Order: sequence, then structure tokens, then C-alpha cells
Amino acid sequence: MTPGAIPRFAPGMKLREDRARGQWVVMGPERMFVPDETALEILRLVDGRRSIAAIVDDLAARYDAERGLIETDVLALFTDLHGRGVVTGG
Amino acid sequence: MIPAPLALLAELTHRCPLRCPYCSNPVALTGPGAELDTATWARVFEEAAALGCLQVHLSGGEPMARRDIAALVAAASGAGLYTNLITAGVLLDAAKLAALAAAGLDHVQLSVQDAEAGSADRIGGCAGGHARKLAAARLVTAAGLPLTLNAVVHRQNLDRLPALIELALALGAQRLEVAHVQYYGWALANRAALLPSRAQLEAATATVESARAALKGRLVIDYVVPDYHAKRPKPCMGGWGRRFLAVSPAGLVLPCHAAESLPGFGFPDVRRTSLRAAWERSEAFNRFRGTGWMAPPCRGCARAEIDWGGCRCQAFALAGDAAAADPACALSPHHALLGAAVAEAAGAAEGFTYREPGRLPLPKAPAAPFSATKVKG
Ligand code: SF4
Ligand code: SF4
Repeated sequence: MTPGAIPRFAPGMKLREDRARGQWVVMGPERMFVPDETALEILRLVDGRRSIAAIVDDLAARYDAERGLIETDVLALFTDLHGRGVVTGG
Repeated sequence: MIPAPLALLAELTHRCPLRCPYCSNPVALTGPGAELDTATWARVFEEAAALGCLQVHLSGGEPMARRDIAALVAAASGAGLYTNLITAGVLLDAAKLAALAAAGLDHVQLSVQDAEAGSADRIGGCAGGHARKLAAARLVTAAGLPLTLNAVVHRQNLDRLPALIELALALGAQRLEVAHVQYYGWALANRAALLPSRAQLEAATATVESARAALKGRLVIDYVVPDYHAKRPKPCMGGWGRRFLAVSPAGLVLPCHAAESLPGFGFPDVRRTSLRAAWERSEAFNRFRGTGWMAPPCRGCARAEIDWGGCRCQAFALAGDAAAADPACALSPHHALLGAAVAEAAGAAEGFTYREPGRLPLPKAPAAPFSATKVKG
């Protein structure tokens, strides 16, 4: 995954609220991921239009952290999720 | 505090055009007349979501044998559940699939019996079945629905695992589930014809490992080493009454789809009780919940909360006691039964006792096929 890539949830993967447990989850067939607070902030911005760079810009404008650090975290998250078949992106 | 379940396995029917000799349905199959109706299933889905379930597996038998399948998908999806259709595919056509997609179906899991049509049709006991499955897979991906290919593996098809992986890719599946047969019910009667050898298993494990690395980001492969070649059991269902519940075609609420065959239980009936009462308060769900019920070697074992003592159905099938440690565990006094079964299978014939409604799979194996005395003697 590169800054220019546009991440999307892979077919069958959905971000949804889990009210019974007071959390959000990424649901897939026989699989479920519970993102931590940071990952959830990032995943909420996945809409199939925004690139990774645009997601980083959005977060950098809202959080008091260096853009370079944010980019490293965001790329690491998407690379991990891509390897696990949760997101696609090109 | 009892944790909320994550998923519901809805066994909509036991009817199925296939006759797999390892079918996980109970040996005593439920007839169509005893099946729950649409409205009752809709209530079950609402109650499951309210209880905390996030996902429903619409299974069977063959769920497409239900004429109200689209209404059932709509009800489950409307309740907020992630809906997964577990199908053999032979009854799918474009119109039915379009109706399911419109009803909110999230995912299709399609089973194949082998990578080669001739062998697949023999194993499934259904002439022409494999070709229909391939057509069904194409319909699923053409409808834009995500596809998991499920391959149940055993001695008679495990050597074609590379071809099964190729098939998953060719059909456009995002995920491949390689599931070893679990030996209770129908499969126990066919165990000698199905158990893989150690060498086969090692080759398969190596195949999975290299394919996982090569296909990272393209195909997810789920694979678990089978019990008969393991030293420790799997945490069956994630622990009894911890994460899953199943509802049988006739409405019994079960901690696992195979539990119906365990003797000495009065499983709650969803037509008479709520899913919440069944989950939280029934004796059946509480009997093996947690670790309080365990006896040695499980009691006090460091893995008690990791594998929860393994599978209750396998403990009953092999040790004759549903409260015993799963014989897949090397610490179980019955563990030698598994090795003996593998050795016996090595020279056994490949014929099957097929799943048939109303016919018990007893002719090929005695009721307790590998009793302790026989193995010792
Ligand atoms: S295992 Fe085979 S016979 Fe049993 S329900 Fe599935 S497809 Fe039908
Ligand atoms: S003794 Fe029981 S808890 Fe311990 S590993 Fe074996 S099955 Fe699991």
C-alpha cells in the first residue's frame, strides 16, 4: 500500500457498530476485527474515494501530531489489513 | 456474567440433494414437516441480534431447499446480522441469487467435495453436482457477492489440495476454507475411509504454508491441523456456550450443531422459550460452560481456558463421556484411540456409507467402532 492507493473494504468486509459490547467491528465471513481507537478513526475515513494521502491529510488537520508520523501509522495499518484480506487498494 | 454470543448458526433444514459421507447433520435427520416456519426464524434472528450476535450462518442441510430463503435472508439482514449463506450450490440459479442479493445477503460460502468432477460427484453422492457448483460460483461473483470456497478434506482428496487452491483462485473466491472432516455422526461411520495419513497431512500443511505466502493479499486460506494428528484439542466452538449458538431445523437451541446427538440433555426449544433464556439460563448451556465442570486432566490444566477441554461431542464419541477431556488431547487416557484409528485407516477400503434420510450409517462400522478393549486387544 502506497500513499496514492485508494483503500476499500474487501468484498464481504464491513465496518459496523456492535452495540451489545459498546465497540465497532470490521465484520467478515467467519472473521471479525476489533479496531483500536486510532485504527477506528482511520477506518471511518475509508470510503472508496479517498486516497491514503488524503486520509493522512484529514487526520493531520484534526490531530496534534506530525504528518510524517501519522503517515507511517496509517500505511502500516493498511499494509497489515491488506495482507489479511480486510482492505483492497490500488 | 455470561458473555454474549457472537454468531448464530441457523440450520434451516436437513434436506439436501447431496449425500456427503461426512455430513455434520445428525444421524437422525429432521423431516421437512418439523421445520420452523418463516415467522419463527424471523423472531430467532431478532432475538439473536438483541442478544449480541453479529453474524448469522444460514446453513443446513441445503438452505436453498427452503422456498422462503429470500425472506429469511431479508429477516436476518433486517435484524442487523451479517448474513452468510452456507450452500452446496447445486440449487442456485441467477434469479434466486438476485433475490438473495436484493434481500441483503452479505456473503456466500460454497462447498466443493474435490477439485475433480468425477471424484467430487462420487464423494458428494450427487451426479453432475460439481459442474453445477462451478456454475453457481460464477453466478455468485457475477452478482458482486463475496465468495468463500469451502473444501472439506480427507484421505481421498487431500492430495489435490494444490488443485483446490487453484480452483478457489479461478472461481474468484477471496477466501478458501480447508476444513478437515470432524469425526462424529456420519463421519465417524466413514472414518476408516476418510482419515488421512501423517505423510498426506504434512504435505498439505506445507502446501498451505507456501500458498499463504505466495497469495498474500489475494486469497485468505483458513486451515487447522486436524485432531487425529494433534497433541492438543481445538477450542471447539470457542468453548461451550461462550461464542456461538445453533438452532436446529426443528427449533432446538444448541451450543454446537452436533450437540443434538449427545444423550442426557434437554435442549431448549425456541418455540417455547426465548433465545436469551436458552443462552443464559438453560441447564444445557450451563452444563459445560466455563471450567467448573471439568475433571482431571482438564481441571487445573494451564490450557483449560484456552481449549476449554476440547470437543464434547468427540469426548462422547470416543471416550463415551461428554464430560471427559477431548481424546484429541495427549493428556487424555483415551488419546491412543486416535493413533489406532489412523493406523487402522491406512489399510482400509475407500467405500462410503452415504448420508441417507432415515437410514442409519451402521452397516460399515459397529456403534462404538473403536472401543477401548478392541484397541488394547
Ligand atoms: S455436508 Fe454434504 S450432504 Fe451434508 S448438508 Fe453439506 S452438502 Fe449436504
Ligand atoms: S488436559 Fe484438558 S484443558 Fe488441558 S490441554 Fe488437555 S483437553 Fe485442554
